[in-house]
Amino acid sequence: MSDGNQPPAGFKVVGHRPIRPDGVDKVTGRAQFGADFHLPGMLTGRIKRSPHAHARIVKIDTTAAEKLPGVKAILTGEDFDVGAGGEIEAGESASAMKDVAANCLAKGKALYQGHAVAAVAATLPEIAAEALDLIEVIYEVLPHVIDVDAAMADDAPVLHGDMFTKGVTPRPDKPSNIAQRYVMGRGDVPGAFAAADVVVEGSYTTAAVHQGYLEPHACVASWGADGQSTIWSSSQGQFLVRAMTARILNLPLSDLKVIPAEIGGGFGGKTTVYLEPVALALSRKCGRPVKIVMSREEVFLASGPTSGSSMDIRLAATKDGRITAADMTLRYQAGAFAGSPVHLGCMTAFACYDVENLALVGYDVVSNRPKVAAYRAPGAPMAAFAVESAIDELARKLNMDPIDLRLHNAVKDGAKTVYGATVRSSAFVETLEAIKAHPHYQTPLKPGEARGVAAGFWFNIGGESSAAVHVDEDGGATVVSSNPDIGGSRASMAMMAAETLGLPIERVRCTVADTTSIGFSGSTGGSRVTFATGMAVVEAAKKVVDDLRRRAAETWECDIAQVEWRDGAAVCLDPSKDVKPLSLKALASKSAKTGGPIAAEVSLNAQGAAAGYGVHVCDLEADAETGRTTILRYTAAQDVGRAIHPSYVEGQLQGGVAQGVGWALNEEYVYSRNGLLENAGFLDYRMPVASDLPMIDTILIEDKPNPRHPYGAKGVGEVPIVPPLAAVSNAISALVGQRMTSLPLSPAKVLAARSGG
Amino acid sequence: MSRTVVRATVNGEPVEFLGGGGQSLLDALRDELRLTGSKEGCGTGDCGACSVIVDGRLVCACLMLAPEAEGKRIETIEGMADNGHLHPLQHQFLEHAALQCGFCTPGLLMASKALLDRNPDPTETEVRYWLAGNMCRCTGYDKVVRAVMDAAADLRQAEKTA
Repeated sequence: MSDGNQPPAGFKVVGHRPIRPDGVDKVTGRAQFGADFHLPGMLTGRIKRSPHAHARIVKIDTTAAEKLPGVKAILTGEDFDVGAGGEIEAGESASAMKDVAANCLAKGKALYQGHAVAAVAATLPEIAAEALDLIEVIYEVLPHVIDVDAAMADDAPVLHGDMFTKGVTPRPDKPSNIAQRYVMGRGDVPGAFAAADVVVEGSYTTAAVHQGYLEPHACVASWGADGQSTIWSSSQGQFLVRAMTARILNLPLSDLKVIPAEIGGGFGGKTTVYLEPVALALSRKCGRPVKIVMSREEVFLASGPTSGSSMDIRLAATKDGRITAADMTLRYQAGAFAGSPVHLGCMTAFACYDVENLALVGYDVVSNRPKVAAYRAPGAPMAAFAVESAIDELARKLNMDPIDLRLHNAVKDGAKTVYGATVRSSAFVETLEAIKAHPHYQTPLKPGEARGVAAGFWFNIGGESSAAVHVDEDGGATVVSSNPDIGGSRASMAMMAAETLGLPIERVRCTVADTTSIGFSGSTGGSRVTFATGMAVVEAAKKVVDDLRRRAAETWECDIAQVEWRDGAAVCLDPSKDVKPLSLKALASKSAKTGGPIAAEVSLNAQGAAAGYGVHVCDLEADAETGRTTILRYTAAQDVGRAIHPSYVEGQLQGGVAQGVGWALNEEYVYSRNGLLENAGFLDYRMPVASDLPMIDTILIEDKPNPRHPYGAKGVGEVPIVPPLAAVSNAISALVGQRMTSLPLSPAKVLAARSGG
Repeated sequence: MSRTVVRATVNGEPVEFLGGGGQSLLDALRDELRLTGSKEGCGTGDCGACSVIVDGRLVCACLMLAPEAEGKRIETIEGMADNGHLHPLQHQFLEHAALQCGFCTPGLLMASKALLDRNPDPTETEVRYWLAGNMCRCTGYDKVVRAVMDAAADLRQAEKTA
């Protein structure tokens, strides 16, 4: 529950908590997700995957499978030809399409266990399964490397013969697994360390973790004989699916219509394609619709996860707690292809703090793991784990309250970030103070309990969005959104439109349109939808209001400047006119006589997304015999700008905390010596369940509404996964009396730390 | 693959479908009867997205073979609302914003119904342990647990006034 947020004065809808417009569909089973579509004549597609961590594909023989009755199409990597490929913007970073294509179907080499090598479409699932067995792949098994530090060693097996580290001069003379080195910083770091009163240092690691969305990837693709095709799929962006699929299959964008299904969670992991190009290419070969649904094992083996990391950090400070310098090296697993979010780790690491001298080096490193995908604040949680652990260590060394230490170093508006942006509309100080004043932080611990505090930052983004508002002739309105609704955005879109139009929320509905029915939009990612697409909705609603005012002015034969829109009606300010207000309904019912249908569509490139800050406090205890940690109490405070629908904002905080707690305590990709994943299922990849968590209290800080958004919204979805890793780890470190440096903090590790002292 | 005719009652109505081979009850519900409200999140009984009630017992439909449904009384999410009137659990899930993506929601609702059918006044701990077989990755469970507790109170109130 949130601590006492009241709806903002003057708003009738924004800041309230109405039922979401798509709610009933989702509690009655009517909502259609990716796997719920069915077409006449539809075939089942299945994918054959590499059993090896690293192998050359010598030969793929499909003859026996082709002869199996019921098999209609077979596909291998040789069927894809993207050439140079180019890049496509995919939210917070760009995707190299050559790699995306080679990840959908391997070409030449299988780079990780589960890497797709062939695909079939057949009339029945069991025939498709049999056909996969009949496809013979001859592999030459190669040495593999899993660990990020091992992959950087001189003698490590090299995945890509053409990978010469970028960002290093001169260009290396031999290929390696280091795709890129990033360097950023400022000031005189060695000088500041030489002058420091106190220095803390440490090395930290985190494991690769999966986004863990409950809905496996799924799509249906149907090729038309005229080359015009349709895809139904569950993704974070129908336009992204269209762009990537069209690029891989060399299609004009206008020949491909992508219809967004409801999406069963994504957290960044559905901002790419795995199945859609394969399903459509199969459909193209046989002229029938093809459905492919991943199993959970396939999801673990061949989608997501996010990077595991290895980091070294040093902080320099004065004895009164001013952090004067930091240096940090971050090494992130990219999986089998370049593209870890290590640069985002570097940028966010110290974004909460005003540190004069900084030196950051990041390495993007490939190894024989699945290609990483974005995961909620990509790159930030790992970096924050190291930074917030080091700051906790500093607080102990200086005998300072950990919140006071952070307040002493907190960024304020006007400060410069290491990546060049100037801090504005920030409420980090207010967020720290809210936690400090909260009853949770004031409550003394009982024996055997410990408390941890940590902070976190995320940029949030804006970008390209489209939306339309249609006024219905009975006085209601429909909002057409361009973004899949992953967690309640239909509610925030409808609410902002209702507020602007002056309609009750029940009279505004929101639909998510396919790629042919609304202008382009970037993906549902980067915490951008309520900000950027919301801005498009509000601008479209304002255009509608202006149109309604014009029609009222014409009706009253007065100047439009004399017509004000108030509570859903045009009001005439001209004292010479004795007229009653004209409601939206009255104006809509006469639209044919006043200029035709009332609607507006707006496409924009939203600027001015404001960063968000979070501060979390966690109380926990650990079982003396087993080392199992129990979270006793958890409070998350966040700078949210203004909460459009506070319940769904709270839900973002609570969900982010739960994922972060899983990252801290249990979740990890476990590999055998042969480079094979040993826990590709929910039983062994342990995500938090209801009995693992307490209630998660939230504090929504609304002191600094974003002035660049019509209702003050900031992105809220990503910040809350940043602080929990260190909040939990700092508490366990306090409990066991030593610094915990390697996630996850499994019972065995906690027990060993306890008894080892 | 041999298939046999399976006769069962689904949401109060008699149904017949062809089931067999390795087909699970979940496959039969989704692919034969087109009741796609029950979801497959794992296929191994770990996530609970396919939770249905069979002869009063909560089961993962992915773990039951389709022919085992012969003669059974099956309740799915599609039958939870009564002639278009939401069940108190459905109502409270909406009131509390206890869903984000909504994929796990049908399973969570069926599991919660099975709990309240046998325990009308569960404690928070009882709710949390009963729902431990139903994963939700979006909500952190806070609002889900509150919704179930409030729905239980609604049902008790309705029982009193009935």
